[in-house]
Amino acid sequence: MSANIPVKNIDPSPKKKPEETTIDLYASRKKIYVKEITGVFQRIRTASLWLLMSMYFIFCWVSINGEQLIYFDIPGRKFHLFGETFWPQDFVLLSWLLIICAFGLFFITSLFGRIWCGYTCPQTVWTFIFMWAEEKVEGSRNKRIKLDKAPNDASKTLKKVIKHSIWLLIAFATGLTFVGYFYPIRELVVDFFSFNFIGGWAYFWILFFTAATYINAGWLREQVCLYMCPYARFQSVMFDKDTMVVSYNPNRGEPRGSRKKSADPKQAGLGDCVDCGMCVQVCPTGIDIRDGLQYECIGCALCIDACDQIMDKMNYPKGLISYSTENSLEGKQSHLVRPKSVGYGLMLLFMIASVIYGVTSRVPLGLDVIKDRGALYQLTGMGLVENSYTLKVINMSDQPREFELAVTGIEGLSISTETRFTVNSGEVYSLPTSIEVDPANMTQTNHDIEFVVIANDDKSVKATSDSRFLGPLSY
Amino acid sequence: MSSFWSAWIIIISLGSVFGCWWLLYATRKSQTSNTETEETTGHTYDGIEELDNPLPKWWFYMFLATIFFGLAYYALYPGLGSYPGLLGWTSTNQWEQEVEEADAEYGPIFAAFAEKSVEDLSKDPAALKVGQRLFANNCAICHGSTARGSLGFPNLTDSDWLYGGSADAIKQTIGHGRNGNMPAKGLNPAMSKSDIDDLTNYLLAFSNRAEDKASSERGAAMFQTACAACHGADAKGNLAMGAPNLTDNVWLYGGTPSMIKQTIEFGRAGVMPAHNELLGEEKVHVLSAYIYSLSQGK
Repeated sequence: MSANIPVKNIDPSPKKKPEETTIDLYASRKKIYVKEITGVFQRIRTASLWLLMSMYFIFCWVSINGEQLIYFDIPGRKFHLFGETFWPQDFVLLSWLLIICAFGLFFITSLFGRIWCGYTCPQTVWTFIFMWAEEKVEGSRNKRIKLDKAPNDASKTLKKVIKHSIWLLIAFATGLTFVGYFYPIRELVVDFFSFNFIGGWAYFWILFFTAATYINAGWLREQVCLYMCPYARFQSVMFDKDTMVVSYNPNRGEPRGSRKKSADPKQAGLGDCVDCGMCVQVCPTGIDIRDGLQYECIGCALCIDACDQIMDKMNYPKGLISYSTENSLEGKQSHLVRPKSVGYGLMLLFMIASVIYGVTSRVPLGLDVIKDRGALYQLTGMGLVENSYTLKVINMSDQPREFELAVTGIEGLSISTETRFTVNSGEVYSLPTSIEVDPANMTQTNHDIEFVVIANDDKSVKATSDSRFLGPLSY
Repeated sequence: MSSFWSAWIIIISLGSVFGCWWLLYATRKSQTSNTETEETTGHTYDGIEELDNPLPKWWFYMFLATIFFGLAYYALYPGLGSYPGLLGWTSTNQWEQEVEEADAEYGPIFAAFAEKSVEDLSKDPAALKVGQRLFANNCAICHGSTARGSLGFPNLTDSDWLYGGSADAIKQTIGHGRNGNMPAKGLNPAMSKSDIDDLTNYLLAFSNRAEDKASSERGAAMFQTACAACHGADAKGNLAMGAPNLTDNVWLYGGTPSMIKQTIEFGRAGVMPAHNELLGEEKVHVLSAYIYSLSQGK
């Protein structure tokens, strides 16, 4: 009697859903282990790296005429560059300079792809310095991968501490130097270590640039080029079929496969690529160049160096991966001289010429005329029409100068205030000026006039500025 | 702000922030892998397909960080309707603080100027440069940047003064202001049009511009009853009242016959605002020195 009543489950059986793992759309960065490689392009980069770094670290210590070679005096609103002093009024030159830099970049890019990125970009340069330090402390690529996988022990911790200390030291030197272009570096270094700052801004910026260098070159590395750099985004626009880019020659390489050194690839039905993966291991952005040109490629040519080494070992000709153009890969003729490169080149020459003209024809004198608000004109007791202005005369030379003011535009126009005045070096002298004229000489109610300020000791130092002279309707 | 509009702003502001947060989380999608895939968004342009690969994680965190920044900002600063914010920041506070900083920086300079007399200060080039800038900012709009005045605003560079050109008088004028009042028709409200014409001719005679000798003699008699109380029997003006000298060729409101007639018929009221409470006495002191220096040697 203890038999169970048979039960039957009559619940609707759940429909079998395929297993689906939910993963956030947001991916972690995969660490790239760059294999160190030697070769001709790596040597070129090392040379450019040394040149740029020595410029960066030495220029701020060099002085001429008691002034730093490059010194951006932000509070004083003056830029000292190579013995020349630039004022805010010269900012148009800065914009020209930036346009030149942009066009230089376009020009180079249209010819040789992202050569700037691969050899001279600060992001690349500091990343390579940091990678060199990493290699020295943690060892080769395989050792580094192993070390990261290994459990934390004393020797691993020690290595990591040493590595990050070196990184921070390099970053600190970078930050200190950077601020040294905005604050006299000799004082800065002394002040920094004696905690002798007025306010904490210099400290803040030094630490800011230290942190930025450490994070960018130590942790972010290729992420900057992949996700942040605007140039990386629009450089493909400048590419065409004649642009020299790092490229794998699939006609020669495919089908890829490993083989003995002694084997004849033709008989095995293989191309020249031995599929050793070296080009992937050395790539700082972690791509496989054999998939063709990708936006991640910074044109650093490490894969060329790596592949050439392997080709040497296999006794194959070099250049399976090389700087070449799309046209030459297709067996067509590539053109260095083409409308695009000629256009960019001419624009570049034109703008360089204009900047050289702009810099050499600069006069160390500025003049701004501000016409009085309020009354448009006055009539003097003598019945003359009088207008008032405030002149701002800026002496940009390094000695006090005496200037002479004149005005032209209407017959018989005369200045009734002082016309001879002295302006100290670097001073913005404000000169209230009244000019008057007989209304009989005014042919209209609104005349264009021109103020001229000339230095008494050097007639070539002169500045002009236009203004207006207003009068009553003729009566 | 009424509580309804305050709530309205709070709801929109916070709603936007949380809307961003919701959007960020709602657009995470199920994928079978968190690595680079060949999955596309379905967009193709000229045969180029848009891949649908995961964002870098640090981007996602940066987005979150901006949301936290926004919330922190709303907590600290006044942004949510009438809620004042934890820091109690207001633009008035900030302005007052900056004025304090400026006073701390420039106070000593003005204090040093204040120790000198106006006469001595008017020979100090540094003080005059400061004075000139103060003048450009506070006085030039009426008196002109060269201080030569215009219609209704006296010329400060000549030797003709309504209230006196001594250092003390100038300082009094700037610091405490002046109210010039020329009553219409002077002391004779019954003045007729022809009386005004006579008076005008009398005044023009001082600069040899009178057209009608008889009329100007009638005007002289009228002047003694209607005008001399302020302008003096000899029409040379009165510094104590600010009554102008009518015998020189300086006309505050215009010296053409028609303008003189208008002044007599309708009167004039000129106001020089008091600047002690606007600028503070130390700046007025420096300004006085500058004005004083303009009329020296004239």
